[in-house]
Order: sequence, then structure tokens, then C-alpha cells
Amino acid sequence: MKRTLSILVENSAGVLSQVTRLFSRKNWNIDSLAVGETQDPSVSRITVMVEGSDQRIRQVQAQLGKLLPVISVCELDESLSIHREFMLVKVRAEDKDSRDEIISIVNVFRASIVDICRTSLMIAITGDEAKNGAMLALLKDFGILEMARTGMIALERGSATIYDATKDRSEFDYAKSVVSAEDKDA
Amino acid sequence: MKKSGAAIAVACLIEQGVDTVFGYPGVSVLKIYDELYKNRRSIRHILTSHEQGAAHAADGYARATRRTGVCIATSGPGATNLVTGIAAAFMDSSPVVFITCNVPESQLGRDAFQEVDITGIAMPITKCCYLVRSAGEIADTMREAFALASSGRPGPVLIDIMGNAVVETAEYEPSAGHAVTARRAARLLAPVRTDEEGVAAVAKALAEAERPLIMAGGGVIRSGASEALLALAEKTDTPVCTTMMGLGAISSAHELCLGMAGVYGDARARRAVDECDLLLAVGVRFSDRVTGPVETFAPKAKLVHIDIDRSEIDKNVLTDLHIVGDAGSVLSSLAGKVKKLSHAAWRDSLAQTKERVPGAPAEYVRAVRRAVGSDAVVVTDVGQHQLWTCRYFGFERPGELITSGGFGAMGFGLGAAIGARTGDPSRTVVHITGDGSFRMNLTELSTEVKYGLPVVTVVFNNGSLGMVRQNQRQFMHSHFWQTKLDRGPDLMLLASAYGLEGRRVTDAEELYEAVKELAGKGGIIDCRVGEDEEITAG
Repeated sequence: MKRTLSILVENSAGVLSQVTRLFSRKNWNIDSLAVGETQDPSVSRITVMVEGSDQRIRQVQAQLGKLLPVISVCELDESLSIHREFMLVKVRAEDKDSRDEIISIVNVFRASIVDICRTSLMIAITGDEAKNGAMLALLKDFGILEMARTGMIALERGSATIYDATKDRSEFDYAKSVVSAEDKDA
Repeated sequence: MKKSGAAIAVACLIEQGVDTVFGYPGVSVLKIYDELYKNRRSIRHILTSHEQGAAHAADGYARATRRTGVCIATSGPGATNLVTGIAAAFMDSSPVVFITCNVPESQLGRDAFQEVDITGIAMPITKCCYLVRSAGEIADTMREAFALASSGRPGPVLIDIMGNAVVETAEYEPSAGHAVTARRAARLLAPVRTDEEGVAAVAKALAEAERPLIMAGGGVIRSGASEALLALAEKTDTPVCTTMMGLGAISSAHELCLGMAGVYGDARARRAVDECDLLLAVGVRFSDRVTGPVETFAPKAKLVHIDIDRSEIDKNVLTDLHIVGDAGSVLSSLAGKVKKLSHAAWRDSLAQTKERVPGAPAEYVRAVRRAVGSDAVVVTDVGQHQLWTCRYFGFERPGELITSGGFGAMGFGLGAAIGARTGDPSRTVVHITGDGSFRMNLTELSTEVKYGLPVVTVVFNNGSLGMVRQNQRQFMHSHFWQTKLDRGPDLMLLASAYGLEGRRVTDAEELYEAVKELAGKGGIIDCRVGEDEEITAG
């Protein structure tokens, strides 16, 4: 079963490579990976999808937790979180019939046509795995010329955040025990 | 106060209480060496023959002193020569700070002379690798590196300083503390708290067990938890086996000690693991050399795992109960929670286990033990001699054995022995090696001589790669191929080439005499072993 891990990391050089190399040396396969800055520019969020049992996921979390730039790791339960991926798909469309049919598929999926020429269409779609997968399956019949996807990102539903887990995990009062280089930086 | 990056780096070493470093200079790291020259009264530099020797020496120093070892090398080949030493320290959780210098930032990524991406190379074998780009980052990085190396589960850390960063100047504020950012402090320096509920559950399991067994690993030694271990074992009348890294955690002379568990372990320990109904594993990581096939490991036992590293829990074997915490504090809390128990029948049944009659190598190991007593530090290399030493020496105190257990790096011994003796000159250091391992790094004999370190090297010389040969007999239809080492050197001539004394011995009594004689001055003992001698499980 595919599981989603959300990882907060320090936004500095080499962090992504530390995370991905951990996966490769532990022989864990990454199904999807997305990285981006958060509201705090010094922190990035990595969303990884991996295949694995509960034991495997606990092990992945514990190993990630040992990497110095990793601030927090949590698993996002599929039913309690929103998953989205953005894809660009270039599809062959050399006649009117194909174009019409593709456009009607795009409408059903609430995707959009973002480029058009005589022989092809480019479609942009945002959705979870099920939605994007269903559209891809339909587009395959026309011939997918090329495609690019961002990798899945996800956030927990409701007001809970990954930061709650961070505090909980460290059982630590930030204010008191700081021997901080951060203060100096600021 | 403005200082050059190199001066800041050396000032930080002094700040951290470092008085000994091991290393090898080169052009990129020269500025740091010049600062070491200026501070030569505060920091002693031990120059080895090869960076690998320096890495093992810093590791041996750390293991012998329970302080953080420091090793310095130059860029490129200097840095890559450290790699085996870093990995050996990593696998056995030894705190060592490795410092290398790289080319200047303007040259980085251009495949400049002696440039290598050492932080990329060392990433999987360190707790953390730092690439320092400016002088201003050096102090905080060094302070954090020292904090990291010795905190939690200890391990090596590498700091690669760019050429420009050692030359430029930056403001330096002396500090005694660590410089860990708030975010990192939360993760790194927060003490691992013992989970009291977990302790209660384990205490209950221990009270219910009929055939309990404690397995003590290297974590017990690192944590200084031997007394707590003994207190718990005695109170609950529970026999104790150890892993290779745990040898000495409990005295082998103690009636509860069953010896070493694992594939090449003692019969009593192996049987106890097979038959126990509760296995309390402390500071171990269930290495494959301990478990054998995990499906058949401790088949009747409820498994309880105590370790400071959360990622070790359920990594190799699935446990029934676990406590994440420091071995010493968890064992003490456990001892406080349990009632006095007795397991006489279980102990008696284990005591009746027959150990296999050992061969001549066991006599050699025991002769060394008789000659040096239990106050010496025994450093081994890797192979049959290592396992014979582990099985037959009879370790009595933590820190008595220094060996490359996890990584199994042949060539570890001499460097580590040099480091151990440097760190603890009050103890006799015996280096037990094989002819194969010894040849890998015997160039460090010059280091031993130069610094007047009286290391007694006992070479179990069977003219072959014994451990590999043994595997060829067992698994490769006795195709003894590429494991014959009958091409010298003559160890007596070698000893005299380095100005050392040499002895050639052919029986245990001669070995005893030779070790006794050389213990104060060091030297090489060529101890002939038959090539068909094997190490077998007890």
C-alpha cells in the first residue's frame, strides 16, 4: 500500500540529497517526491510516497528523524488528508473528432487545455491519484506524446498541522534551552 | 576578535578540551597545520603513515578514553583515505570528529587538483557531514559537530572546510558551550527520557518469565551501564550474554555471564538464546552476526529491546516490547521496579551445556590473558584471531576490548592500538592480529616507534586468510583460492626494520613469556598457527 510521508526540513544545500540517499541506501523505493519552500523560507516541506507496511513506515520515520536537517516527519493518512498532484499531458489530436473527444474528457475531469496546435493538445490537470489516473487511462487511447508531473503533495484536513507533531515529538520548550546561533543570524 | 578560519578551527578544538589529534597534512589543510604549530603546547598532533591509520587511531582513542576523537586530513586522497576509518567508527558508534579541507569555493566543482566531494562520499557513514563555506561558519559548525558526535547514540561527524574559509578572517567569540540552533537543539540535545510505562511493562514481563536472558551490547559499554546491568541481573537472577561489542559489559568471571552470543558465539550463550522465554536486549542492534536467520532467532522468547536510537527498534527483528532510552538509566529504573527473583533451575540447566573443546589458538589467547591480566586494553584486527580473542580471552571490564565489530575492517587494529595507547598510557596495549589484517596497515609501525608507544603486536600467523579460507572449505568445496599468504615479509626482519623487538613462538608457553617480556616496550610476536585451525560456534 502506498503511504504518504510529510517531512519538514531545513531549507539548505544538500538536504534533498540526504533524504533521497537515505531512501536508496535502505532499499526503499520512492513512488513520488515533491519539494517546496514553506511559509517560513528557512524550512522546506518534502512529500514522499512510499510502499510499505506499518513497520517499514515506522522505520522510515525513525531513520529520517536521525538526519540532522530533518525537523519533523509525519504520515498523512489518505482519508484524513488532501492529496493533490499537478500534471501536464501532451496528447496527439490530429483530427477534429479526436480534439472534440479529448475536450469533452477534459471538461468531465475539470482539467483545462493550456496549449493547442494542429496535431496535439496540452492538458493541465490537478487531482489526487484516482482522478489523475482515470484521466490518463482515457487519454492513452489518443496517444500521449509526453507528460510531466509535480509529484503528490498533501496536507492534513482540519486545523491540525505538522508543527503539532514537531512539538509533541521533542517534548521540548523552545524558549528555554536555546543556545542559539539562530538568534545571532537574525 | 578577528581570526582566520584556521585559527578559529584550532581555537574551537581547544575550547572542546581536545588535547590530542591524529592526522596527516597536505596542501589544502596547511593553514590549519600552521595553527596547530602555533598551538603545539595545547594540542599534541600524532602523525601517522597513512590517513586510514589516523582515522582508526582517533577511533581507538575515542573508545579507550570515552572522549571524542579528532582526525585531520587534507582534501582529495587525504579525505578518501579516511573513508574506511569513518565507516568503522560509524558502525560501532564511536564519537570521532573528522576535519578535512577542500579546495577554495572558487574552484569547487571544477575537478581541481585534489578535489573530491567528501561530504557526498561520507554522508551515509556519518551522523552528519558539514561543508563549511566561510570562516564565519566554522565556530558554530565545530561546536555543533562535537555536540552531535557525543550525544545520543555517538558516532562520527565530518567537517569539510573550503580552502577560502580557512584563510579568510571572521569574528570569533570564545565559548564553552555548544552552538546548536534552537530547532536542532530540540531534536538533538533534548535528553532521551525513559518511558516509565514502558519500564513497568518490561518489569512485569521480567517477573513473569521463567527463563529470562539479558543480552548486553555495545550500548551498555558506551553508556557506562555495567553496574546497572549487574544490579538488574543479580536482583532478578538473570543470566547475561553479550554481543561482540558488549564483551566486558559484565565480567566473564561472573557466574551469571554466559559469554558471547551469535553465529560464532559460546555454546551456553547460543543455547540460552534458543531456549529463553524472555530476551531483554540492551544496547544491541540485532546484527546478522548475532541473530543468524531472523526467523529462527530466539524462537521461544518474548523480545524486549532497549536502545537509545529509536531507529534500531524493530529494524532487524520485531520486538514485543521496547524502551527508547539510555541503557544505564533504563536498567536502573528496571532494577528499581522488579522484585528479587530466582531462576536456579534455568541457570543450572544452562551450566550443563557442553562447550566444544577449543584448539591451540584458544591456548594462545589465554596465554596472552595470563601475561597481561585484565587491566590491559586488547585491540584486535578482523578475522579468526578476532573471534578466538572474543571467545577465549575472558574479558572482565568494559573497555578492555577494542575491535571493529560492525564494519569488520581488516587493518583496523594497529591504528586503533596506537590511538588507545595514546589516550590511555597507563594501560598495556596488546594488539592481536592476523597475518592478513596486519599486512594491510603495518606501515603504522613507524608511528608506534616514533611516539614511543609500546604496543605489543601478536600476529596469529597461519600464512593464509584464515577466515576466508575457512569459508572456502565450508561453502566453496575447499577451493582454497587467493587465500594463501605465503609471501612474507619475515616478521622478525620487519620488526628490526622498524627498530622493534621481535619474537617467534610456537607454543602457548613461549607466547606467554614473549608477551610478558615485551609488555613494557612493545614489539612484534610471530605466533605460528596451523592453517587448518578454525573458529566454530561453541
